[in-house]
Amino acid sequence: MMVLNLFLTFFKIGLFSFGGGYAMIPLIQREIVTLHRWLTMSQFIDVIAISQVTPGPIAINAATFVGYKVAGVWGSAAATAGVVMPSVLVSLGLTWAFLRYRSLAVVKAMFTGIRPAVVALIVAATLSILPSSITNFAGLLIALLAFLAIRYFKLDPILALVLAAAIGILIG
Amino acid sequence: MAVEKGVKPTVNHQTPAEQDKERMLPPTPLRLFWTFLAIGAFTFGGGYAMIPLIKKSIVERPRWMEDEEFVDAIAIAQSSPGPIAVNIATLTGYKLSGLGGALFSVVGATLPSFIIILVVASIFLGVQHNSYVRAAMAGMRPAVIALMAQAVLDVGKTAVKSRFSIVLGLLALVALTVFNVHPVLVIVAAAAAGVAASRLGLAQVPNGAEQKEQNKETR
Repeated sequence: MMVLNLFLTFFKIGLFSFGGGYAMIPLIQREIVTLHRWLTMSQFIDVIAISQVTPGPIAINAATFVGYKVAGVWGSAAATAGVVMPSVLVSLGLTWAFLRYRSLAVVKAMFTGIRPAVVALIVAATLSILPSSITNFAGLLIALLAFLAIRYFKLDPILALVLAAAIGILIG
Repeated sequence: MAVEKGVKPTVNHQTPAEQDKERMLPPTPLRLFWTFLAIGAFTFGGGYAMIPLIKKSIVERPRWMEDEEFVDAIAIAQSSPGPIAVNIATLTGYKLSGLGGALFSVVGATLPSFIIILVVASIFLGVQHNSYVRAAMAGMRPAVIALMAQAVLDVGKTAVKSRFSIVLGLLALVALTVFNVHPVLVIVAAAAAGVAASRLGLAQVPNGAEQKEQNKETR
C-alpha cells in the first residue's frame, strides 16, 4: 500500500513539475514534508544538498531517496518510476504532435505563462527553506560567501557545497 | 546525403575512416541505453548542465540527429514536465528507434542516479546522527540557499522580460507564499493565463528554439 502511495504521489509530482530542478521543490515539499510527513524540513534540505553533489536530475534523486527511506528498495523503485512516467508519456505525446503538425503553438502559449510562474516557484521554495537552512550568523555568512563565489568568481556549485560542508565540520 | 551538409571539421585523434565508422553505427535500443547511461552518470546538477553532453553523444559523434532536429528536441523537452534529461532521452529514443528505443533510453538515463542515490541513502540514513555528518550538513544547508538564489537570477533573466511576465510572476509568488495556493494550481492557472494572453496578443515569446523553428518552416 505504501509502495502504491509513493508511486502515485511521485507521479503527481512528475506530472506538474515544469522548468525542472528547483521549480519542483515547492511541490515535492508540499507532498513529502507537509502532507505525508515522510521527511522533516531539515532532512528535505539535506536531500536537496545531496542531489546537487550526485549526478542526475534532482527529481529522480529526491524520489529515490524518499522512496528508500519510507519503504526500502521497492519504495525507491516505485517512487522513481512514478516521477519518470509522466515525463515519458507527455514527451511521447508532444513528439507525436510535433512530428505531425510541425508546431506546438498552444504549448508555447502555455509556456509564456508557465515560465514566469517557474521563477515564482523557485523564489517560494527559497523562502520556505530559508528558516531551516540559515539558523545562525555563521550560516548567513556561508550563504553569502557561497552566493558571491558562485556568482562572481564562477565557483563550481558542487565545489561550493563541498567547501560549505568542510566549513561546517571545522566550526561545528 | 543531406546529413553531410552540416558536418563541421572537428579536431579529433581518430582517423576520418574511424570517425565515419562511429557515425554510421545505427541507433539500436541497446546502443541508446549505453549512450544515455553514460549521460546519466556524468551530469551533475541536472537540467541544462546535461545539454552539451547529450549533444556530443547523439549529434556530434554518432550523427544520429542533425543540429536543427536537436534544437527542436530541446524545445519539446522544455515543454514537457519533469527532468529535461528524461524528456530528451524519451524523444531521442522514440525518434531513432521507436517505443523500444524510448524505453531503453529512459531506463539508461535514470539508472545511474537511482543506483547512486540508493547507495548514498542507505549510508546517509545510517550515519545522519554522527556529529561530523551533522556538522557537514549544517554547513551545506545555507549553501543550498545560495544555489537557489543563483537559479532565481538565472531563470528570471530569461523568463521574466515582458510586463506580462512580471505581473504574472508576482501574482504567482503572492499566491504561493501569502495565500499558500497549491503549486499545481499555480502552474495550471499560469498556463491558462499564457494561452489567454497570446490569444489576446498581450504576450509574445520569441526564444532561440522558436526562432530556429520558424526559419526551418520558411525554408
